[in-house]
Amino acid sequence: MTPQSAVAPETLLAAPDQATQREISAEIGALHADLERREQAGERIRSTVHDFAAYRSSVLRHPTKNLKLVDPETIELLSPAFGQRDVAAVESDLTVQHAGEPLGERMTVRGRLTDSWGRPVPNQLIEIWQANSAGRYIHQRDQHPAPLDPNFTGAGRAITNDAGEYAFTTIKPGPYPWKNHVNAWRPAHIHFSVFGSSFTQRLVTQMYFPGDPLFALDPIFNTIWRQKDRESLIGVYDHDLTSPEWATGYRFDIVVDGPDATWFENEGE
Amino acid sequence: MAVPARTLRPTPGQTVGPFFAYGVEYERMHQIVDPYAPGAVLLGGTVYDGAGSPVPDAFVEIFGADESGRVPRDRGAFRRDGHTFTGFGRAFTNDEGHYEFFTRTPGAAPGRPAFFAAIVFARGLPDKLHTRIYLPDDPGALASDPFLASLDASERATLTAQRLDDGSLRHDIRLQGEKETVFLEF
Repeated sequence: MTPQSAVAPETLLAAPDQATQREISAEIGALHADLERREQAGERIRSTVHDFAAYRSSVLRHPTKNLKLVDPETIELLSPAFGQRDVAAVESDLTVQHAGEPLGERMTVRGRLTDSWGRPVPNQLIEIWQANSAGRYIHQRDQHPAPLDPNFTGAGRAITNDAGEYAFTTIKPGPYPWKNHVNAWRPAHIHFSVFGSSFTQRLVTQMYFPGDPLFALDPIFNTIWRQKDRESLIGVYDHDLTSPEWATGYRFDIVVDGPDATWFENEGE
Repeated sequence: MAVPARTLRPTPGQTVGPFFAYGVEYERMHQIVDPYAPGAVLLGGTVYDGAGSPVPDAFVEIFGADESGRVPRDRGAFRRDGHTFTGFGRAFTNDEGHYEFFTRTPGAAPGRPAFFAAIVFARGLPDKLHTRIYLPDDPGALASDPFLASLDASERATLTAQRLDDGSLRHDIRLQGEKETVFLEF
């Protein structure tokens, strides 16, 4: 068999069928209703579903077999070890990476990284990336006609402190148009990549902003099918974190999941 | 000692989307060891979708023990000093869907099969996928492993790397389809 050559990634970004928002919204509703039925019938369903066709690029990329439940072993019960040495303090401020100040609403996002027992996860790496205030990513494959900001890249890193806390200073990202369907817009979001105390707890997610009118329309946000879980990805506006004449403040706490075997590993560390 | 009940609801995962490259790339991220260091082994393969097409916008992370089976606890996986073995690496797939790492062949406890823990992320993949990449070199240890024994032969094959004549390891990952990789939950 001759290996298939890859399609240039940018041509993959537009879904072939280009459904309407009305059709996509109906699909999201039907998928959620079906998942609810299955859960009521006793099926255990993960908080983010892999099989969610309203998110068109997932159609050929999600596993069709059930994940195999396995006991984590050795390497899986520990995490790559990071430390302050791995990241410079300045990398957590996305507004100082260039000669000038980026445009947009300056904001800080702070939070605490814990495991599901509420124990802080110290000295772990958090990476973020995002669009600029106009909703444009600096990535070459994002060519939609919103301006790039020469003073904003949109990537940052931090290491959690002993209490599991982190803080970033950035610019509030704009909503972002994409080609999942006609007139598809993503709610404003910041991508978060997080390491827990064990490799099994590795998490990549997105933080959203309160009151975004695009929530119900977005198939990616709705791959998380329970309302309560979706709400946990919405940063909380916190006026106590807002600083006068400087920046608005949001809180975004992150909880990495078990499993039970990791409880022992991290006791007494 | 019993494990207490979990009190906090876990934060759900989301896709990495198409534009992760500038956010999560770092220097020498796929070089867990220097490619020319003694004992360096090349681990590489292709990520495929359900149509058998390579996935050019994915990334793979691995975490592996050292040759003695010890789990690395040293810091510096992100800012590599060129000699500390941290066991962790990250590799983007290229336009042909191919990823590769330079690392060491991990060891394991006597009689246990050695493996790399691996995680796959991609645009179009709503959440991470965990898997394992077992070393093919100790058939006895592979055969006696209860988890591997619980799988059928074709499933086992999706978790086991091939050792090529030049000593490198080849391991393809199929997100969907006939020879779909076995993915794990814990």
